[in-house]
This record gives sequence, C-alpha cells and structure tokens, in this order.
Amino acid sequence: MRVLLVDDEMEYVSTLAERLSFRGIEVRWASSAKEALAYINKEPFDIAVLDVKMPKMGGIELKQKIEEIVPGMRFIYLTGHGSEDDYKRGVTDGISYLIKPVDIDQLVKAMNQAAADRID
Amino acid sequence: MSIFERYKPAFLDSSAQGQKRSRHTLNYRKIWQMVILLTAAVTLIPLITITVVDYNVTQKSIESEISLRTRRTVSNTKRTIVSFFSARRAALDFVVHDNDISELSSTNRLEEILNNLEMSFGGFVDLGVINDQGVQIAYSGAYNLGGKDYSDQAWFNRVVDMGVYISEVFLGFRNKPHLVIAVKYEFGDGGFYVLRATLDTDQFNDIFAALELNGEGDAFLINHGGVIQTPSRYRGDVLSRVSISVPPYSDRTQVEEYRKGNDDHFIVGYAYIPDSNFILMIVKQKAALMKSWYATRSNLLGFLMLSITLILGVIVLLTTYLVNQMFFSDRKRAMAMHRIEYDNKLATVGRLAAGVAHEINNPLAIINEKAGLIKDIFVYREQYSADEKLMGLVDSVISSVSRCGTITKRLLNFARHMDESFQTIDIETVIKEVLGFLVKEAEYRSIEILVTVPEGFPQIECDRGKLQQVLLNIVNNAFSAIGSEGRLTVEVQAKNEQFWVIAITDTGCGIPEKDIEMIFEPFFTKKSDQGGTGLGLSITYQLIEEAGGFIKVVSEVGRGTSFIITMPFKHKKRREANT
Repeated sequence: MRVLLVDDEMEYVSTLAERLSFRGIEVRWASSAKEALAYINKEPFDIAVLDVKMPKMGGIELKQKIEEIVPGMRFIYLTGHGSEDDYKRGVTDGISYLIKPVDIDQLVKAMNQAAADRID
Repeated sequence: MSIFERYKPAFLDSSAQGQKRSRHTLNYRKIWQMVILLTAAVTLIPLITITVVDYNVTQKSIESEISLRTRRTVSNTKRTIVSFFSARRAALDFVVHDNDISELSSTNRLEEILNNLEMSFGGFVDLGVINDQGVQIAYSGAYNLGGKDYSDQAWFNRVVDMGVYISEVFLGFRNKPHLVIAVKYEFGDGGFYVLRATLDTDQFNDIFAALELNGEGDAFLINHGGVIQTPSRYRGDVLSRVSISVPPYSDRTQVEEYRKGNDDHFIVGYAYIPDSNFILMIVKQKAALMKSWYATRSNLLGFLMLSITLILGVIVLLTTYLVNQMFFSDRKRAMAMHRIEYDNKLATVGRLAAGVAHEINNPLAIINEKAGLIKDIFVYREQYSADEKLMGLVDSVISSVSRCGTITKRLLNFARHMDESFQTIDIETVIKEVLGFLVKEAEYRSIEILVTVPEGFPQIECDRGKLQQVLLNIVNNAFSAIGSEGRLTVEVQAKNEQFWVIAITDTGCGIPEKDIEMIFEPFFTKKSDQGGTGLGLSITYQLIEEAGGFIKVVSEVGRGTSFIITMPFKHKKRREANT
C-alpha cells in the first residue's frame, strides 16, 4: 500500500510518515498541494491523506485535481477543524473524515478500509 | 381569589412585586395613573364647569323671572285696589257736592243715597253725616248711631286734617270685617262736615280671590302694624298678626326673598297703598315656584353623574387595555431582543470554542505524533522496549493528549451542532455530551450525577442544538440550586408512542410555591444581583414549546426540584415562532 500524506504542518506530516513506515506502510509526504501534485505525477499511489485546510490550495480542491490525474484514487481527510460544510461533503462522498489528533491505529484502520474499497 | 385579583391587569403586578424593574421596561403603573388622571381632567373639568355655569345661569334667570312676574302681579293688584278706593271716594265726593248739608241731614235722603250707592257700587253698609263738632247728625244703616260723638276719635281728626280718610279693617257690630271711608266738605266760612261710609270687605276680598297666583301664592292686605286685613290662605286669620315681618316702606313695588327656618323659603312682593294704612302683600312659596326647575335640576345633575361615570369608566377601561397591550408588546419585544442577544452570544461562544479547538488541535496533533514516534522507536527498535518507566512516561503523554483531543472534539462537536436543524439523534449521547462539560465542576462540588436511559431507547428526531441548550440551561440551574454536595438525576422514559419524557431532578434548595408560577415568565429572576436576566428558563420554555413539547416543574423547598420535559419523538411541522 502506497500512501501520500499532505499537510502544511511539516513537523506533523513528517513525524506521521515516519510512524507509518514503522508499520510497514510505504509513505511519501508533502507540505503543500504543489509538492503533492509533483509526487502524484512521478509515482503511483493507492491512498492520499489530505489536510482540508491548507494555504493556497485546500484538501478538497487538491482531491479533485488528483482525481483528474489518477482516477480511482482513494482519499482520507485529516483535519484539525470541523466545519459543517466540509464535514457533510466528506460524509456524502463516503470518505473517512478524521479529526486531529488522531490515534495512529485508527488512521491505519481507515487506510486499510480505503484500500479494500479500491480493490473492490 | 377576588374578582379584582382575577381581572387585575398584568402590568400592575409587574411593578407591584417589588422586584427590580428591568432596564427594558417602563413604569406602567405610573403611565396608567398619569393617562387616567390627565384624560379625566381634560374631559371632566370642562364638562363640570359648563354644567355649573349653566346651572347658575338657569337658576338666576328662573329666579328673576319669578321676581318679575310677582312684581307685575303686585303692581296690577295695587292699581286695582287704588282704583277701588278712589272710585268710592269719588262717589262720596260727588254726594257731598251734589247735596247740601240740609238735604244730607235728612235721614230719608241719606237712606236714598245709601240705596243708590249700594245699587251702583255695592258693599255700602251705612252712611253717616258728622258735623264739625264730631257729632253724627244724620245716619242711615242697620244700627242706630245717630248722635254719636266722634270728636275724640283719631280718624275724625285725621279726616279734618287731610280731607279724606280710609280706615283699616275692623270688626263691626255684626262681627264682620268692615272699613270706613270718610270725606270732608268745607263751607266757605270755614265750617265743615264729614260724610262717613262703612263698607263691607266682600268686594274687596273678591279682588284678591280673583287673582290667579302660581306657587301656592297668597295675596292679602296688612296694615302698617302687620295686622292682616283681608283673608289670607296661609299667613293667618283676618285681624291677627301676619307671620312674617312687615316690609320696610317703599313708594314702589318691591319683591324680596324671605327665609324662615330651613324649609320655609318664600318670595314676598309688596306695595304700600297710598293715602291708606294698607300694604298689599303677595307671598309665594319658593319651593313651589321652583318645582319645575328642581325637576330639571335633578335631571341635569343625574345626567352629569351619568356622564362622569361613563367617561371615567371608558377612560379607565381603555387606558387599562392600552397600557396592558403596551406592557405585553414591550415585554415581547424585550424578550425577542434578549433572545437575539442570547442566540448571538451562543453563536459567538460556539465560534470561539471551535476556533480555539482548531488552533489547539494542530500543536496537539504534533505532540501526539512526536510522542507516538518515540513510542514506536522504543517498540520497534527493541533496545528500550524493556524500560517500563520510559514506556509509562510516553504512554502518559499520549493519554493526556488523547484527553485534550476528547475535549477539543467535544467542543467542536457542540459548536457544530449549534446551527443545525433537525436530525435523528441518540438521546443518551446528547445527554452525555452536555454533562461532559460539567463533569469536572460536578467533581469539585461533590455533585453525583446519575443518568438513566432505558436500553434500546429509540432514536429521536429533533433539533440537536436546541435540545443541548435546553439541557444545559436546566442542568446549570440545577447545579446552582444544589451549590455543593448533592445529586442530579437525569431520567429518560417513553411516555407513549408519540412522546418521551426527560426528568431532571436535583437535591437543591427548591423553589417557593409562590414563585413556581413565575419561573418561566421572562425577566423573573432571583439572581439579579448575580447578573441573572430572568431569561434562561423563559428561553428554555420557548425552545421546548417551539419543538412541540412542554415543561413542568415540581418543587419542594429544601428538598429539591424536578423539571419534567415532555417531547415528541417525531418533530412536527414547526410552528413559526411568533416573535
């Protein structure tokens, strides 16, 4: 399972990436949408974990961009904020919507679930 | 409960309670009093003034009308009496000039003259001729008075002086009232004689009897000494003293008012009859004259009283109604304002909480991951995994972060639901969430919280944010009622297929019976000194009502209070809040 983590908090995203690698997950991390798109164009990924609120381009817009490039990609939102509209959109799209701070096992579980969806 | 209590307008109560007036309300009692006073003054003062003026003017004009009519009657009657006397006097004058003394000395001739006079005038009783010595030298009439000496009598001297004399009325020999007219005839040489005629008063009395007098009128003659000369209906018998004082002399007709005692109020018109000792009196009872006026007057006063009562009644009712309307609409307005203020405050707090939660979540997430990474390193690298103390420290950091996360998530969740409308919820979750905010405080205050929700309780369709507010309001009230050390019980039950009940019971100070009715009234507060607005429960009541439910309170002072809220399972079509 190849995962791309996108979050503008570099400290957070790098640490999270390192922790996931301990659990045998292949991870790349990006601290902006631009960086993330560069990775997407270079390498294949199964799942993208996106922060909803980021400078310049947020997670929701980024998701649409990624979907244009890689159809069938699975997503998980991970945010410190729970605005109602975002929440509703997340739910209706059938995408897991996790709020920071998140338990690592919960995140891994959500990834496994998303990956299973993809295989189906 | 008295009738007044039952119909007492609400605004009177609001200012009478002695509770501090909210800054949003006016002193309605004062406004009410002022409006009534001013309206009554501007309507009643002109009305009363006009009535009093009209009353006086009418009474004056009626009185002067009465006076004028009396004066006219007196003056007409006086003329009749004067002409009565002058006619008889002229007749006697004619007799003394037409006959010389020798003829008149003959009794036969005198009798002939008497008969003629009786025939043409009537009322002549006798005739006598008296020489200058005062001795009656001839007489014709019923009594033999020939030779009677009058020289020492006052009337004789008077006729000698004046040439004519009209006597007062006296009782003659037949015990009938009579009067005497005497004329003097002077010879060229200074000698004289007097012709004296006695008249009965029948004709005289007929003059008075023929008068038509209103007002129990009474017309009669008195002499200057106040002795009644002709029959009087009410003032006494002939030749007795009149019961009123003799009016002062005047050569003209006069009308005066006499008051004797409280009831005897009468009008006296009088005239002195010239060349005689008579005073013509016409006495009328004032009460009888004013009878029609008194009737009019009582109608007028009755109408005035009725008008005043009607005006006052309308003013009081109308003012009460308007001030009451004003009171209610003001209260409604103030309530709406407070509601907006309250909602805004709540929204602000919600936004603030969400903002803070979000801001804290980011660093919290970093701490979480860093601590997680440390733990991962320990676990995966194995070189520290045996160090229990290090593992314990890391676990404690992670669990503390998790606790913080729970708080921020709860805050976010609460704020998020604030603006939401209807959704299907699990009541236990909502209760736990609301109580979650108060768990720490309950611990500090040693308040035990018991929540009972039956297993498999169905989901409820309602406005989650509003339900949260309702629960938070009531639980907060319960906490302040308990103070410290006590128990709060929250019990959920299904009432029937449509409704469910939540009972929130505390072991606090309780609510006095007289206040129970008032606690849902806006602006009713016992905590005004602690910044209470008296709106918490009133807003709670509104929220429950808007959701189609109702709330009931059971309380006992010293034992505690139960708020029992009944709500529908399914939300009915919302009635627009009438604010």
